[in-house]
Amino acid sequence: MLEIKDLVVRYGGISAVKGISLEIAEGETVALIGANGAGKSSMLHAVSGLIKTASGKITFDRHDITGIGADRIVSLGLVQVPEGRQIFTRLSVDENLRMGAYVNRDKADIERNRARVLDLFPILKERAKQSAGTLSGGEQQMLAIGRALMSSPKMLLLDEPSMGLSPIMTEEVFGVLRGLKDQGITVFVIEQNAYDALELADRAYIMETGTITLEGKSSDLIRDERVKAAYLGGDI
Amino acid sequence: MINSAYFMSMLISGLKLGSIYAIVAIGYSIVYGILRLINFAHGDIMTIGVYIILMLMNQAGVPIPAALLISVAFSVGVGLLIERLAYRPLRDASEETTLISSLAVSALLQNMLQMVFSAQRQPFMLPEALRTTHKIGIVNLSTINIITFISTAIFLVILHLVLTKTRIGTAMRACSENLRAARLMGVNVNRVVMTAFAIGSGLAVIAGFLLAGEYKTVYPSLGFVPGLKAFCAAVIGGIGSLGGAVTGAFIIGIAEMLFAGLVPTTMTAYRDAFVFLLMVIVLLFRPNGLFGGSETARS
Repeated sequence: MLEIKDLVVRYGGISAVKGISLEIAEGETVALIGANGAGKSSMLHAVSGLIKTASGKITFDRHDITGIGADRIVSLGLVQVPEGRQIFTRLSVDENLRMGAYVNRDKADIERNRARVLDLFPILKERAKQSAGTLSGGEQQMLAIGRALMSSPKMLLLDEPSMGLSPIMTEEVFGVLRGLKDQGITVFVIEQNAYDALELADRAYIMETGTITLEGKSSDLIRDERVKAAYLGGDI
Repeated sequence: MINSAYFMSMLISGLKLGSIYAIVAIGYSIVYGILRLINFAHGDIMTIGVYIILMLMNQAGVPIPAALLISVAFSVGVGLLIERLAYRPLRDASEETTLISSLAVSALLQNMLQMVFSAQRQPFMLPEALRTTHKIGIVNLSTINIITFISTAIFLVILHLVLTKTRIGTAMRACSENLRAARLMGVNVNRVVMTAFAIGSGLAVIAGFLLAGEYKTVYPSLGFVPGLKAFCAAVIGGIGSLGGAVTGAFIIGIAEMLFAGLVPTTMTAYRDAFVFLLMVIVLLFRPNGLFGGSETARS
């Protein structure tokens, strides 16, 4: 579904992503784990078309999406839930959801998606008219995910969905992601929270200073000594 | 001394000026909200619009409503062209860079107008029918004043509806809060920016028409100082906030006319300075303007 080949991303003279390749098949849930500054977000921004790639090729659903506009990537069904949620705090919860359906012109379809999202996150139904800035951090994350689902994406990219959330809220967010996985949506999640990400994902990549150093099945990685030492805080 | 009729006439002049500033300030504010660009060429779009109207009326005998419409269409084109040529290539540049670019565009437009139409002031007389006054109680209102108030109200209501009820309007508000997140929703930022420039330029022509009718003349730098004052209005209200821009515009319009009406005639020449002083004072106490919230994180 998503294929990244030899992707390089540079900021000024510094390479944030140094030629990484990865592949995610349809229906798969894949995690990318790495410490702060490993280049995870840069890679994701390149995939979403927010920043230019220096070289390499990104293919989504058989389309070459390297260097095409962010809006066209969303139209193809590849949607990102950004780091720090980035909901529109001055817009109402409902308006946020409608922004999520921006690329969709079919009113009936939008209403169907809205009903589905509100079913998935009942709290958003209660808060529909409230401005999104009044939601708690966890609710904002639900809104960010719900907003992304409004365009019925083929694949979701999640950038640190557990960042800044309490352990309880983190558990809830990962519960939602498990639900999406069960529905067959392809999910690519970037996390520093390695344990939850590995529990969720079928496969995972480990990224360090711009390169992928390790990849494999989550069930193998979670037992890997190097992963344990670096990301899981020793014994579990 | 000041009698109530004199005071009322000052107030009405202030409200009229405020209406004109409001229409211009909105243009500054929506563009700034989305791009963090202070478009100093905005006032000159007003001037271009007025010259087009003048040409159409005097040389082609086009009736005013048609001349206005054609001028709006032409000036929207000019606004879009400026965005495409002078601002879009600088989309990722700093605010200072785009600010300087907009000053350059402003100077360029004023000089082009001077080359084409000469620096001479040309008379701009509204038809008799628009200048007749109606006495309502102690208040004297000219037809153009009534048209100004009603049309400003209509434009503000329409703009509010566009921003809150339409897909592109919601996208404009989303872009002004978080451009990067809006792009992740699939919003084509160029289209939103073009819409903002089109709305701003079109409204600027309406304001230019009203202003030239008030001054009874047109010259190449006609729109520049009123443009700056409208910018002050947007800043006083809290730039980026439309309600703030409109409120700021009425505060400035009324304050300016009261100043001009109440100080000795030797001082009235300082009315522009007074407006800018007012902005400085407001900013000293409210750095984000009266209605400006704190800046949210942006890409």
